[in-house]
Amino acid sequence: MSGKILEINNLTVSFDGFKAINQLNFSMDEGELRVVIGPNGAGKTTFMDVITGKTKPTEGQVFFKGKNLRSYAEHEIARMGIGRKFQTPRVYLKLTPRENLELSCARSKNVFSSLFGRTSTAEHRTVVGLLETIGLITKADIPAELLSHGEKQRLEIGMLVAQSPDLLLVDEPVAGLTDEETEKVGDLLLALAESHSIMVIEHDMEFVRQIARTVTVLHQGSVLCEGNMDEVQNDPRVIEVYLGKQEEETPEAA
Amino acid sequence: MTIETVESLPEVLPSSNARKQRRSLMVEAAIVLAVALVLLFVIPPILAGLGQGVRINQLGRFLALAIAALGIDLIWGFTGLLSLGHGIFFALGGYALAMYLQLQLPAGQIPEFFTLYGVEKLPWFWQPFYSFPFTLVAVFLIPMVVAAALGYLVFRNRIRGVYFSILTQAALIVFFNFFNGQQKLINGTNGLKTDTATLFGMQVGSSPVIQGAFYTLSVLFLVGGYALCRWLTSGRFGRMLVAIRDDEPRVRFSGYNPTGYKVFVFAISGALAGIAGALYTVQSGIITPKAMDVAFSIEMVIWVALGGRATLIGAIIGALIVNFARTLLSEQFPAFWLFFQGALFLVVVTVLPDGILGWLRREGMNQVRSLLGYPQEIDTYPSLEQDPDVQYERENLGD
Amino acid sequence: MSALLESLFGGLSIGSVLLLSALGLAIVFGLMGVINMAHGELMMLGAYTTFVVQNGLKKTALAEVYIFFALIAAFLVTALIGLLLERGVIRYLYGRPLETLLATWGVSLIVQQFVRTVSWQFVIGLTLFCLLFFGAFWILSRRPDFERIRGWVIGVMLPLSAAIAIVISFILGQTLKLAVTKPWFGTQGVDVTAPRWLRGGLQIAGGYQLPYTRLFIIALTVACVFGVYWFLNKTPWGLRIRAVTQNRSMSSCLGIPTKTVDALTFAIGSGLAGVAGVAVSLLGSVSPNTGQAYIVDTFMVVVVGGVGKLIGSIVAAGAIGTISYIIGSNALGPLVSFSPALKSFFEFFASASMAKVMVFALIIVFLQFRPAGLFPQKGRTVDA
Repeated sequence: MSGKILEINNLTVSFDGFKAINQLNFSMDEGELRVVIGPNGAGKTTFMDVITGKTKPTEGQVFFKGKNLRSYAEHEIARMGIGRKFQTPRVYLKLTPRENLELSCARSKNVFSSLFGRTSTAEHRTVVGLLETIGLITKADIPAELLSHGEKQRLEIGMLVAQSPDLLLVDEPVAGLTDEETEKVGDLLLALAESHSIMVIEHDMEFVRQIARTVTVLHQGSVLCEGNMDEVQNDPRVIEVYLGKQEEETPEAA
Repeated sequence: MTIETVESLPEVLPSSNARKQRRSLMVEAAIVLAVALVLLFVIPPILAGLGQGVRINQLGRFLALAIAALGIDLIWGFTGLLSLGHGIFFALGGYALAMYLQLQLPAGQIPEFFTLYGVEKLPWFWQPFYSFPFTLVAVFLIPMVVAAALGYLVFRNRIRGVYFSILTQAALIVFFNFFNGQQKLINGTNGLKTDTATLFGMQVGSSPVIQGAFYTLSVLFLVGGYALCRWLTSGRFGRMLVAIRDDEPRVRFSGYNPTGYKVFVFAISGALAGIAGALYTVQSGIITPKAMDVAFSIEMVIWVALGGRATLIGAIIGALIVNFARTLLSEQFPAFWLFFQGALFLVVVTVLPDGILGWLRREGMNQVRSLLGYPQEIDTYPSLEQDPDVQYERENLGD
Repeated sequence: MSALLESLFGGLSIGSVLLLSALGLAIVFGLMGVINMAHGELMMLGAYTTFVVQNGLKKTALAEVYIFFALIAAFLVTALIGLLLERGVIRYLYGRPLETLLATWGVSLIVQQFVRTVSWQFVIGLTLFCLLFFGAFWILSRRPDFERIRGWVIGVMLPLSAAIAIVISFILGQTLKLAVTKPWFGTQGVDVTAPRWLRGGLQIAGGYQLPYTRLFIIALTVACVFGVYWFLNKTPWGLRIRAVTQNRSMSSCLGIPTKTVDALTFAIGSGLAGVAGVAVSLLGSVSPNTGQAYIVDTFMVVVVGGVGKLIGSIVAAGAIGTISYIIGSNALGPLVSFSPALKSFFEFFASASMAKVMVFALIIVFLQFRPAGLFPQKGRTVDA
């Protein structure tokens, strides 16, 4: 299993008989940047829920670095090295960006080290560096609820990086951003991809084109096809699920 | 652009806020100390001089209640857990001390009430309360352990929000039933009296020395409790509590397990309530299962809500205001206190969601300014561009 | 055989009261996530309505069937009060469940004390105050600069109208004495007597008697459950309520008036509390504290049953009722007579209040396995 950071076999998740994920097989290499697309209801977010331990698989296994994740809780999975960014930015609104990052950055996360531990200089530096990277250094000490939507998105990505995970799961990072901000986030992700494995869920095809190397298309809980951007885009099945039977050049957001 | 560049950054300046923070902490400590000294050495003689000795006792009791309010603020104001069952911990602390006082008898005797029910042998769980050190520890440790156990069983399953509130209330009723129904073990509904017990050869209820000592202890524990809560909520632990309050699921994905934090803070809060219960009991002379009345536990919450959530000081102020208001109003118009209290719940929740302190901070300052003819302050985006700190960071930490 | 029947019936009759009182709460909680702490007080008001209706019809030909009028009256009275509560308080607090809980607790305190103190003097004073205060508010609110003087209006009119109302009701009390100052109900309990055909009971084998009042309550519960089921599943408004329960914002987009749905649901939930109050009044004396006795058990039904499904509440109420009865009546005692330790253990819990201790422990154990109740909602939207 060397080289594969994430491996998913025969995964099925059903809610009261409705199969949100159906017999899904998937794998990702170490250091890969993978984009997952699919129409609404394809099971993308449930897919992330399963990997991060929020939802337990009904059948099948998820292996992260060769370890079956079934028996681990969310926080244990997060500590093993999977970080997740949510669809809508979820940062701690009453805390400042600096505090947000410090919380994510702290190495030991039990009660007593939070009580007695001091923020180490290295952590301090990482936080300042991250604030710089995500462009929030000037707003580091105001409550995060005052940040704009795009700034919150960037802050959450920063929090993700602060965790220093091996695998980043990013759910629609550019939803609701301007073109300029979208491009910034794209650059950020590409830069992060140098040193991390990243899985991005996205609808925005322009953005997918900017960052994608390999694209996986989900449909009705299973993998429909996989390949590079051009292959996927010209696959008749993909065109069908996105647009019905019509022929068209770029399938826009579903 | 990547975070690897971080390592090459120059030595990070210790945030210039640090010094400012230290200074404001000193100021705060000085104020707290001054207030404590006033409470200890100025107010009692004045009240005694006015012939209002009763009020000293009242103040002492209400200060004890304020300790419980601190605990509520810790879990509700900061962590977002609304407990409607703090009466349990309050009563446990009170009972622990009352049991010790009941046992201050000549050797071989057992408390009088046992004989009424034909009990001749002291129940086993009374035995340790012969020991003074054990009692001192039990006053906070028993509530703490009960709170931790209850909290663990509930939080472990991610039961939160109103479910948690309801379960704590149910637990309260369960404890009430238990204490209320067991005449043979703890005198059931009559409770345990402490005022007729003797301590160091003096009667607890009537000796001014003992009562003065308990008043002093209440002030000291309130200051200590305040300091403890300030410490807990100021560092990374405190920010974690706020994070849990704002978005608990997110906390998990950051690699934290909120259960431990919640159990810990709930246990601390229970311990504070236990101490409050013990101090209140000895100053009021009796502990009965009525301390586990549903209404009393919810009332604790309204103290905090009135004063201002997540402010600590607000909790203390709220507890004092509500309790003095109750004393005054129920002395004058006994029937109307409940109307008043009900209205208080409604008004605080709808009109004053941030409590008195929150209102003062937000509106009050502006009102004062406008009264004095200054323009009102308007919340704007901080003028970062002019901030010298920001300029400094720009120059020194730029790419 | 008869022991089994007895404990079945005992459990069923406790469970039916629980279910009846939990029904309204469960609907309101399911729809709006609001825990109504005043639910018990609404039940109490329903019970007092029964008392009033009974006295009103005492000398008439309808005296024997007053209970049916009481059901209708209790439903209407409490539904109306529920509507007021929703419009007046709760709608400002949606999305803040803990605050709602505190506010409704405040309401419950006020209602309790109101029932204790209400007298003609009190009512006149209150009406006068409302007329003066809200009247002045209404008149002044038509001035164009109302927003600016609002604070002053409240500051002046509130004490002024309160003072006038207090003075006038005080004068009334002095001149008319007891005729107006006598409380309607007082702090003591009042008794509702069941109609003659509900007294006594059905004799069954073994000399055991099934009281008719209990049977009536069971029938009433069944009728209410079917009524609610029918309403939720077969009527257009029921459909709207279910839609809002599942997805509030989507329903709103589709043109469902969610505010009306909220108010309606709350009114129905409160009305059901009133009906439960009628049932409760048949079981014993009614006092201002009556509601408090039921409220926590009712909450437990909702917690154990889970949100959003009627069947959850039904099963939970049945289970809690049966277990309370079995433990409270020490039905297991004879079965474990081989072990003195077990026997004394069960005897220790063999009273209604100690049974609660045991039931709570069992609920906590149950929640370790099913934290979201018997019939939890599933899917990605849960706990988002």
